[in-house]
Amino acid sequence: MKTNRTQRSGAGARRPLIDGVNKVTGTAHYTADLPAPNTLVGRIFRSPYAHAEIVAVDTREAAALPGVVAIITGQDCDKPYGILPISQNEFPLARDKVRYRGEPVAAVAAVDAETAERALKLIRLKVIELPAYFDPADSRREDAVLLHDNKRGNLEREVHNEFGDVTAGFARADLVREQTFHCAEVTHAHMEPHAALATYEPERDHLTLHSVTQVPYYVHLSLARCMDMDASRIRVVKPFIGGGFGARTETLNFEIVCGLLARAARGTVRLDLTREETFLTHRGRPQSDVRIKIGMTREGRLTACEMEMVMRGGAYGGYGIVTILYAGALLNGLYDLPAVKYDGYRVYTNTPPCGAMRGHGTVNARFAFDSLLGEMAAELGLDPIEVRRRNLLKAPTETMNGLRITTYGLPEALDWVERASGWRERYGKLPKGHGLGMACSHFVSGSAKPVHWSGEPHATVILKLDWDGGIVILTGASEIGQGSSTIVAQCVAEVLGVDWERIRVVASDSLVTPKDNGSYSSRVTYMVGNATIQAAENLKQLLVEAAARKLKTRPDDIECLGEAYRAISSGETLNFNDVTIEALVGTGTLTVKGTFTCPEDFQGGKHRGGAVGSTMGFSYAATVVEVSVDDVTGLVTVERAWCALDCGYAINPLSVEGQIQGAVWMGLGQGICEETRYENGLHTAANFLDYRMPTITESPPIEVGIIESIDPNGPFGAKEASEGPLSSLPAALAEAVRNATGLALRELPLTPERVAGAMEERERERRAAARRSARQPATEGAA
Amino acid sequence: MVSRKGSGDMNQNTKRILRIQVNGRWREDAVADNQLLLDYLREQLYLTGTKRGCDGGECGACTVLVDGRPRLACCTFAVAVEGCHVETIESQSQDGRLSPLQQAFHEKLGAQCGFCTPGMVMAAEGLLRRNPHPTEAEIREALGGNLCRCTGYVKIVESVQAACGAEKNADEKMEERA
Repeated sequence: MKTNRTQRSGAGARRPLIDGVNKVTGTAHYTADLPAPNTLVGRIFRSPYAHAEIVAVDTREAAALPGVVAIITGQDCDKPYGILPISQNEFPLARDKVRYRGEPVAAVAAVDAETAERALKLIRLKVIELPAYFDPADSRREDAVLLHDNKRGNLEREVHNEFGDVTAGFARADLVREQTFHCAEVTHAHMEPHAALATYEPERDHLTLHSVTQVPYYVHLSLARCMDMDASRIRVVKPFIGGGFGARTETLNFEIVCGLLARAARGTVRLDLTREETFLTHRGRPQSDVRIKIGMTREGRLTACEMEMVMRGGAYGGYGIVTILYAGALLNGLYDLPAVKYDGYRVYTNTPPCGAMRGHGTVNARFAFDSLLGEMAAELGLDPIEVRRRNLLKAPTETMNGLRITTYGLPEALDWVERASGWRERYGKLPKGHGLGMACSHFVSGSAKPVHWSGEPHATVILKLDWDGGIVILTGASEIGQGSSTIVAQCVAEVLGVDWERIRVVASDSLVTPKDNGSYSSRVTYMVGNATIQAAENLKQLLVEAAARKLKTRPDDIECLGEAYRAISSGETLNFNDVTIEALVGTGTLTVKGTFTCPEDFQGGKHRGGAVGSTMGFSYAATVVEVSVDDVTGLVTVERAWCALDCGYAINPLSVEGQIQGAVWMGLGQGICEETRYENGLHTAANFLDYRMPTITESPPIEVGIIESIDPNGPFGAKEASEGPLSSLPAALAEAVRNATGLALRELPLTPERVAGAMEERERERRAAARRSARQPATEGAA
Repeated sequence: MVSRKGSGDMNQNTKRILRIQVNGRWREDAVADNQLLLDYLREQLYLTGTKRGCDGGECGACTVLVDGRPRLACCTFAVAVEGCHVETIESQSQDGRLSPLQQAFHEKLGAQCGFCTPGMVMAAEGLLRRNPHPTEAEIREALGGNLCRCTGYVKIVESVQAACGAEKNADEKMEERA
């Protein structure tokens, strides 16, 4: 599609967010800000045990406290839920067992916070404690007690895939190296703590839930299931959301708890979680142990790769199966890799459940792969950028595991970061303690097969045009701060050419907006964008026909000028409002629909789990980071970062920059300082002081290059722009530290303790070697 | 000193009348001695622009100005600012015009999800009143207690620079792409 970049609001414009003014004036209402009269306060009683059989939850004393209106326990809901239909093994409140410290066990609704908190202290939980496992190796032991009866060896899922001839690949390699890597668990840490607000109308048996979800549809589905209510009696609304990054792509326990509490209390309950509880709700990126082996020719061509990935999944299924599959699937599709063997193990442990987090499943695998790739290139005397150039794919192509690649801007991305970072002039020539490193990554523009396969289109958008001349976009796509509402508005502005002020977006209210699969796997721009374009074209056709009627000419004689429609033959024009009034004659308010469906041949390989990783367009990123390392404290300072991303086409370059910068920064955080920690299952970093993210004083300038490969199926050629860059960061950072110090560090995050520890270790070895060689000549002399 | 023991009110803390100026207007309210300024603003005055992002003093989302200086409303008792002037994000836009910082955060995408934005804008406002032309290092230092999870801080720094007229000429690229 040809686009007109001169329009200020259409595709390609650096448009500030459509809801941006509300955000800067404080008038954006997030869930905890919503006014609600007569609201009860909800609080959750959480398990102090990591693994235990529940004998009794005694709430009698708490219930007797004046001001307590309702108390619920696991007995109030016997329907398990979970994002994946095949692994629903979680209850909103624990029933027979508790499986991690902090798991919700009971909940209270009371007249005020103080009363609710006093009531929590009166709840008695009687249990029989069980052995608890915080390390995958312990929970996989043969004699370990099972967290879930049907999962032998506490293995949620193992994956064994081999594509191509791995043995032959290693045989023809000139260099084969094997290493192990360890990545600490990290979490989303979105700035808005979790919150929900539920109103139950007992007279009608209706429930309205406002929540912080990225996927209102899943929440709606889970509420209907767990509350045993007809879905048509439930309304789910997503207000402004303070970030998500994947944490809110599954239904979370507190959302159902809030609904159950409201029903039990027969009223309105506000459930605002603390920051600590938000950490405990988790669903972050699992701690991962990776063993990887790569084969390479003398020229730097990859011949084979073998990876074993063990993920500490936490206590429940969640997205786990998808995570462990993603890690293996997306070893493919970045470089030309002729043979891949992947063995993945997702292990249950007595820690908060992991889930989807930006770069889902791919980040730790990419850290291991690109780190070892860089180490091997160094061993062969090859430049890190050059070795990647020697392993580029040729698009269009299909990978061995059935992933289709239509556009591939990685070569241009490599050129951009090489130029922007001054790589050729500076690599290997920086002062002592300074280093450059680089890595690449990719990600899907929406999973081509949705989690809940229902045969519906992947996305549905409705446009409403009424007598007032306002165009309302109704979409279920969750605006979570990533700018999705702005993107759909720009799609409409581009197709119709109308003034920006005419366009309004209503997002994610199940009462009025069409069902959408929500904001996950970077699907919204691609899928919802395409559906929006189709809807706008349908609307345009109605307007053109109306203009033709009014001007007494044929539709193909009408030229759409955005705010005016002109008959080419006569030169007569009508303004937008006149055309709208004419279009409404005899039919009334116009509503049009647009849909988008990923064709089946993009939906991945036929092997088990082959749909995971499949997409219609991969984004491609190349990243360079520059660091300095303090040779006493081991502190790694990121001086600068450069990232080029092939996002297909930047519908909003301002927004694309923001997404890339955010992804780069989040990847840096995982690389240098972020880490959850548990002591006997107790989260000891459940706050922003102990869970360290880089602050503004430690964050580098990040330069962004936008590569536009124009995806033939994307909206105006666009692909995703938010997840792809992240995966390259940890490896680029580790390589920069190696470049600065000579130390190959294979454990994340690269904290001062780890870096200084490695430097000390090297110093000890050096001294020991010096002592040995000092003794050596003496021995020889004596001989 | 007043004490309220209404039906259903379980809060037995002593209350007193607080005289305070909020966003330019003097007012008197009954508040408990242990009432946090954050809760007073959000729950009693419905000024929900000021956010609670953490369990106390970790994130800066509740930053307001007290007599022109940035302060964390989640670590301040309402009674401790008796007689002071408290300014929140809601006061920053005047006569339908965004403040220079608000305008810049909007136009430069200093706000993505927007949750940290009120605190960020107020902390930056406090800085610019003390120091109308801060260096980049001074901006970073002043916002060191305000966490953001979306932007990587790049566009936040650019927004503050733009608000004090220190934006670079590269701003041309903020216009349409060729």
